[in-house]
Order: sequence, then structure tokens, then C-alpha cells
Amino acid sequence: MTRDLPVRDIAVVAFAQTDHRRTSEELSEVEMLMPVLHRVLAQTGLKTADIGFTCSGSSDYLAGRAFSFTLALDGVGAWPPISESHVEMDGAWALYEAWTKLLTGDADTALVYSYGKSSPGPLRDVLTRQLDPYYVAPLWPDSVALAALQAQALVDAGDTDEPALAAVAARSRTDATLNSHAQLRGSVPQGEYVVRPLRTGDCPPIGDGAAAVILAAGERARELCDRPAWIRGIDHRIEAHGLGVRDLTDSPSTRLAAEKAGAFERPVDTAELHAPFTSQEVVLRKALKLDGGVRVNLSGGALAANPVMAAGLIRIGEAAARIHRGESDRALAHATSGPCLQQNLVAVLEGDPR
Amino acid sequence: MPEVLKASFAVEFPFTRSLGPVQSAFLTGLRERVVLGVRTSDGRTLVPPVEYDPVTAEEIRDLVEVAPTGTVTTWAWNHTPRRDQPLDTPFAWALVRLDGADTALLHALDAPGPDAVHTGMRVRVRWAEERTGAITDIACFEPYDGGPDDGGPDGGGPAGPADHEGLPRGATGEFEDPITGIVARARLDYTYSPGRAQTAYINALADRRNVGERCPSCRKVYVPPRGACPTCGVATSEQVEVGPRGTVTTFCIVNIKAKNLDIEVPYVYAHIALDGADLALHGRIGGIPYDQVRMGLRVEPVWTERARYPDHYRPTGEPDADYDTYKELV
Repeated sequence: MTRDLPVRDIAVVAFAQTDHRRTSEELSEVEMLMPVLHRVLAQTGLKTADIGFTCSGSSDYLAGRAFSFTLALDGVGAWPPISESHVEMDGAWALYEAWTKLLTGDADTALVYSYGKSSPGPLRDVLTRQLDPYYVAPLWPDSVALAALQAQALVDAGDTDEPALAAVAARSRTDATLNSHAQLRGSVPQGEYVVRPLRTGDCPPIGDGAAAVILAAGERARELCDRPAWIRGIDHRIEAHGLGVRDLTDSPSTRLAAEKAGAFERPVDTAELHAPFTSQEVVLRKALKLDGGVRVNLSGGALAANPVMAAGLIRIGEAAARIHRGESDRALAHATSGPCLQQNLVAVLEGDPR
Repeated sequence: MPEVLKASFAVEFPFTRSLGPVQSAFLTGLRERVVLGVRTSDGRTLVPPVEYDPVTAEEIRDLVEVAPTGTVTTWAWNHTPRRDQPLDTPFAWALVRLDGADTALLHALDAPGPDAVHTGMRVRVRWAEERTGAITDIACFEPYDGGPDDGGPDGGGPAGPADHEGLPRGATGEFEDPITGIVARARLDYTYSPGRAQTAYINALADRRNVGERCPSCRKVYVPPRGACPTCGVATSEQVEVGPRGTVTTFCIVNIKAKNLDIEVPYVYAHIALDGADLALHGRIGGIPYDQVRMGLRVEPVWTERARYPDHYRPTGEPDADYDTYKELV
């Protein structure tokens, strides 16, 4: 298979995130976000005025307030006017927009950030408002219920069982002991059913957090980072919104995005998967053909911290940071959005050969 | 640091949504206890029906009736129903492929417990007593021990034996008095916290003081403060008391009375630069005829009993401020 390669080399050159917590009510969104913006800028020595393009991801439904993202712009010094955009999605999709902006040559650097405070509202109910408003949203099926339908489909198909799901949860939270930002770390009881077959341990923590990355093109990336994480490919795909139309045990959109991003051209050594529920890791491993040789979610993944709207961007950031530190040479990062892995983004990152 | 303020609030929205021809037929059908699917060009029947083929994106309009009985394709036991969900006793969420359909519909399944539910079990629609043309016209599904109603192995049109629940009658989506829209009501309850900077501002207001924050970089004083300097993108923390007097930098005359507002029109709404602030805030101007308010007018806040913020601002009687002193703040 041949693939059109990007016309410009673009890399993640810096990544920062908050400590993710159940609540950060003592901070406004911009107060929560700003230290992360300052840390990611400090890694490169850039100032906000040096950034060519700024793109963010967040959701008004989490805040319960229209245009809530505009308040966060105070944190990036939006006056005098800057080149800026926003997506009402996870920051991974803001990164995709920034990547295309850099591809056009209009900018050489981009700041991408995203944040979500889930603490003000009832998150499981809030997320029902993203569903089909005619046939599904009036029934208020919450986010855990929809994931549980997918989990049961996997159990029925023989793809997993409850002990295997518990093992995913245990492995993720054990790995998260090395991640000081994670919200849930170490031994976490698998607990009671939330919506059967999913137990507390199969579900992500609900929490507040933010993340930011800086992208740079070509030589600029080498100036800003000792070992840039080059984006060799990135693609995102979406499936039918009707849950009953889809095969919930598979994720063809993830597989297609991965193929278009070049993930299958050579093996990766690391994968950061945005799987908020244990059962979704089963689906993603199958779709991405990840075998036991690939290190998956060494950060602990979304089971250790799932700040809505930032958790996908964090997967890209974690994968890139591993390349920056020389712990990975070729990594896959995945982000999801919507119920039961409806939308999926895959990026392939590489460090320069050593 | 003093505790941040918190307040609960609800966001409610009665979204009024138009229906396309397919959605209109489906939801009107539910009102008439008829379940309709839509046929794709390759012969599949989608229930619930959509207007465009999810695979080819081709427009589809060929409505066919399916049975009110079906098979569970996956399920999840919900032992603690949440507000607004279809049943208030423990139930299963289920995807149900109705007899004659090729895709599954999401709804609640009323069953005595998780042991009574399994993938592949037979269920049928329990209709709501009052039906209006909404997905909730299906109250839920319930266990059903009959076989498929559809006649053939090809998943074609339903044509099975009669049943007291009512058979597919070959409805085509033509109904008298079809519904053309739905009102989708939603309510979400939040607890809002304004964060550190705005908490400090609101707490100071309780003492009838205006507290802004100074940017450590450009030295500008922002009021109300939001914890960040929008020019420099840095955190602000140094608190600065500003006002109470200020200067009208610009204004408008309001001629239309807002709902539930106890203020006579016309009145003046103004941007007011409090002394010592580098940003104007807004407030109503009173104590002066509306047509005599002007840029540069010096004003002071008027507090009413137990108010948590100034009711309005009135002239101080000082000479007007020179334009050059506030032109940067207009």
C-alpha cells in the first residue's frame, strides 16, 4: 500500500498536563489551564506571542455555559488578536486541525490545548446530550450503560470475560503508579456493578484536567526539541450514529484511521489508547492488531485519568513524551469521542533514528 | 485561601426539532402502535429508520412495517435507574432487532432481574398508554415467548401469524395528522464555582468594595478579575481595590423592557471605568435623565439594602473627566 506522505514534517515538541483530580472547583477553567500552558511554553522557550496558531478543544455541556471556551482564551493572551480556533471535541481533534494548518505553511508553530471540568455537572447524564436527539437522547441512556451494552456484546462474542476486563483495569492502574498526574493509581477494587457487566473498576474516574502540546514544523521542531516526535500520519474516521447499525465488538473506523495514518506499515513499540472502559481496550487492540509485544497505556490510560475533552490529547502527548525521552521510537496514539467508540483518531509518531 | 463560592443552577432546554419525512412517519407510527423501518437499496431494513443509508449515504424513503416483537442482540442490567430513564425500577438496556428488521433499536427492557435476560431472548413492545409521537411511545420492551413473526428466512417483509399485540398491517407511513416535530425537553443540574479570582471579587462586593487584580507583566488592573491577563496570558494575583467612583466611557439607551425587569424604559446602560481600573465594567446609570448621560460623566455606585452588587451608578457632581484620561478604555 502506498500512502501520500505529508508535504511538511511536523512534530510534537512539548507536552504538559495537570494533575487530574475528582474536582478542581477552587479553580476556574482558565485558572486550571494556565499553569499547563506555561509549562508547555517553558519547555520550548516560546512565548504566547511567538505561537503561529492556537487551537483548543472543550465542551460547553461540561460547564453548562454557552461559549465557555472564550473565557479560557484569557490564558493564551488573545489580545492583541491571535490566529485561533476551537473544536467542540477532544483536543486530539484540535491537534488535527493545527496539524493541517501547519501543513498549509501558514504557521510554523501551533499551541494545542484542551480541558474539561466534569465536576460541576452529572457527567453520565451530560454525555447523553451528544446522542441522536430523536430516537436515543429522550431515553437518557448514560455513558456507562452504552459502554456496558458494548461490553456484553464482547462477552457474548467470546472476545472477553469479566476476569479479563478486571485484568485490564488492574494493569492500567498499576502502570499509573509511575504517572504522577493520574487520578486513580495502584490497587483499585473492581467493585460492584455500575451497569452490568461493567463494574466500578471497568469505568474511568470522573475528573477535571487539562493538557497542552506544541507542534512545530521542520527545522523549527529541531530547534525547539532535542528529539521531536514526528507525526508520520494522522487520520480520523466516524461510524454511523445508530448504535444498532454498528457491530459493537469491532471498530472499523479505528482500523481505517490507523491504516490511513500508516500504522500498519511497520510495527509500533508503544501504543496510547483512549479506552475509557476496559472493554473498549479489547475492541481497540483487535482493531489495531496490537499483540503482546506492544506496550499499551504505560501511562495508565483513561482508566487512570479521563478528563473529558483532554484525555485524547493526553494520549498523543504521552506517546510523544516517550519519544522525547528516548523510551520509544515509533508510537501509536489513539483518541475517541462519542458513545461506544463512535469516532476515532489515530496518529503515528516517530523519533529520529538513533 | 478562603473557600471558593459555589451555587447550584439548572440548564433546561425544550429543543423544538423538525422531523424529516422518515422520522415523521416513524414517530407518527409509534403513536398508532405501528413500527416502521426503512428499506435500503440493497434490501436491508433499518429500524429505527434514517433518511440516508449509513453505508452509501444514499437518500432512502421506502418505509415498511416491521413486527412489534424481536430479539435482544445485546443488553446491560441497570440496577439503579437514573432520572428521566424509561423505567424507575431496575431494568435492562437492550438493543432489540425487531422481526423483519436488520438493525437494532435501543430501549429499556422490563425484566425481573439480570438472570431473566440474555442475548437472543424474545421480547415485544409494551406501548405507552398515552402516545404523542415520540420514542417514549414505546414504554419499554417486555419478555415474550413467541417466535418470530416474519415469514421468511430472508429477513423480508413480516407476514407471520396473528398476535394479540397486533400484527404488521402493511402500513406504509401514510397516517392522518402526521406529526412534523418534537419537543425534546432536557434538564441538567450543575454546581457552579467561579474559581479563585471571581470568588475574591464577589466576596469583596459583599463589603461594598470593588477588588481587581493587577497583571504582573503589563501592570494593568482587571475588574472583575478572572485570574488571567488576556493580553499577557499570565496569572494575575495581586489584588487592588478600585473605585468606588468611575467614569462613563460609553453607553447606550435601552428602549425595550426586558421580561421580568422592574426598571422603567428608557434607561441608560454604560461602560464604567472605575478609578484605578484598566478595564471598564458595565452598569445602569440612574439619578439623571437618560438623555443627559454622556461620555466622561463621573459616577458612583448606589447600593440598595442587602444587595450583593450595586443597583446602579449615579452622577457624583464632579466635572466630567477629560477624554484623554479614559480614551484607552473606550
